[in-house]
Amino acid sequence: MDVVVGGFTAEAFAFGFLTILTLGGAIGVVANRNLVRGAVWLMISLFGVAGFFVLLSAPFLAAVQILVYIGAIGILITFAVMLTRSMTNLEERFNRQWWLGAAASLFLFLFLLFAVIIPYWGEVADPPAVVGTTTDLGVALVSGDQFVLPFEVASLLLTAAMIGAIVIAREDE
Amino acid sequence: MTNNNSGGLGRLVAPVITIVVLLALFFLVARPLDSFFRSTVCINDLPGCLVDSGVNPDLARFVSIFIGVLVTATFPLLITILLIWVERKFAARIQDRIGPNRVGPLGLIQPLADVLKLLGKEDITPAGADKWIYNSSPVIMVMSVLLIWAVVPFSPYHVGVDLEIGALYFVAVASIGTLAVIMAGWASNNKYALLGAFRVVAQLISYEVPLAISLLVPVMLAGSMSMVGIVEAQAGMWFVFMSPVAAFLFFISSQAETGRAPFDLLEAESELVAGYNIEYSGMKFAMFFAGEFMHVFTNGVLMAVLFTGGYYGPFVLDAPLLGVFYLLAKASFWYLISLWMRNALPRVRIDQLMAFNWKFLVPLSIVNLLMISFLLKVVQEIGIAPDPENAQNFIANIPQTIVLLLGNAVLIAGVLNVIRNQGRQARLEDEVGGFTRPDTLPSMPESAPAGD
Repeated sequence: MDVVVGGFTAEAFAFGFLTILTLGGAIGVVANRNLVRGAVWLMISLFGVAGFFVLLSAPFLAAVQILVYIGAIGILITFAVMLTRSMTNLEERFNRQWWLGAAASLFLFLFLLFAVIIPYWGEVADPPAVVGTTTDLGVALVSGDQFVLPFEVASLLLTAAMIGAIVIAREDE
Repeated sequence: MTNNNSGGLGRLVAPVITIVVLLALFFLVARPLDSFFRSTVCINDLPGCLVDSGVNPDLARFVSIFIGVLVTATFPLLITILLIWVERKFAARIQDRIGPNRVGPLGLIQPLADVLKLLGKEDITPAGADKWIYNSSPVIMVMSVLLIWAVVPFSPYHVGVDLEIGALYFVAVASIGTLAVIMAGWASNNKYALLGAFRVVAQLISYEVPLAISLLVPVMLAGSMSMVGIVEAQAGMWFVFMSPVAAFLFFISSQAETGRAPFDLLEAESELVAGYNIEYSGMKFAMFFAGEFMHVFTNGVLMAVLFTGGYYGPFVLDAPLLGVFYLLAKASFWYLISLWMRNALPRVRIDQLMAFNWKFLVPLSIVNLLMISFLLKVVQEIGIAPDPENAQNFIANIPQTIVLLLGNAVLIAGVLNVIRNQGRQARLEDEVGGFTRPDTLPSMPESAPAGD
């Protein structure tokens, strides 16, 4: 299975390609002044993340990533940007909250640095040898002694959000 | 007149005889051909053969996968050329015309001539267009359809890749098509294109809901999301007999996903000139249309795989290549129904489109899903579900099928009753009011009653 070319496995090649896709897309999002283009870059970046899920043997999450993030959220963002015509060509590169954004991203970077790269809070555990299948995931979501409660709470939350959206959007008659 | 009377039967007999002869020929050829494919090392076992010839094993593996990908991706594109001819002939017959008949026998070479014509056209990028997005969206459109073919099982031995999550993969990949349309609409820098794209988002995202929910029914019946698993679960009984309502919902919403009549609001010629692809010319325009033609046939293939037994048919286990024929024949059946719908039904209005989806298809699909899952559990509890050993047996599947079919019949009767009562209510209101009900759009204020 392991195809080795010039000292790299095919997996390493795929990882490198997906990294370029993800990071390149992310840089595209922040560097682009055109918001629609930014949305397209965001989708490219999210596509790269879906690729990482495939590499991690989690095809279900990969498909959900594409379906939810590209198929639904990405299109929703594009749609919202298109409806606000003045937002498509921004002149300003910074707004008043730039320092807040910088602080948040710096904090996240330091957090990940301390947690993963310098294992400050203890060693990162090795991934388990047994890879869970999609069936395992499905059973875990509905079995009584695993994640059925969070699953149901999430569905209740989404229902509440949906009803709220309908109430807000409803025209007064 | 005389033509019709004298040639009516003769016209019918000739195609039937041709089909029978073709079938017989195919069956005669398929068996030896198949044993040839399996016995000849170099075709069945390409990597091994290449390694024997001194090629690096990894490279051999790569080459064989690459050829597989190339064949799987080229096949639907080649079929599309023929499909364009079928579509034009079919539409012509419905409209009492002859259709393409000049280029080649029966006009068969017409699509090739069209391709050549399109290749020769000027490739225009409008001023003010976003070049990168404008040029990449036709590619994404075709890609979103082609990717579906990767998980289609053509025969017991020929499948691109048997994904564990095949059904979900189909939904995920198909949703990318929406993205291509909206990108094309925005990047064209044209208000008609943008209006078309706005409609698309509403339509395609709405119809994805009943599509995905009705897709859950075959997944539940098969107990697997893999396309191969779904087909193998239909060895004894096709799912269309267990759940005709789900098949109906899937077919209708997949027709809406292609954006064709009666759901062709995204390109409504009389309102939007051509919709999202108005600025495209030459081969880029052709790619949008190739994507659409392919999408319609792909829906036929999916109907065949999910509901009508995929490659299963008589003698398919003896000569697996017959499976390809069965699959394409079943797909063609659904394809022709979809063409029939396209040519016979008028376009719906946008509010009718939305009401039909959210007030009819979505509730029906949810009720259907709940009912099927409940009945499946009941069938298992009272012990008339087929055992895993004889699940391939036709007889063993009959009790379960009857129970599910009865459930579907009750559901259909209930729905028809609700529709009848609504129609009666509407007619009653018309009569009482003494004027015809104004067909106002939901967002518009009610028009003043006819009092003057």
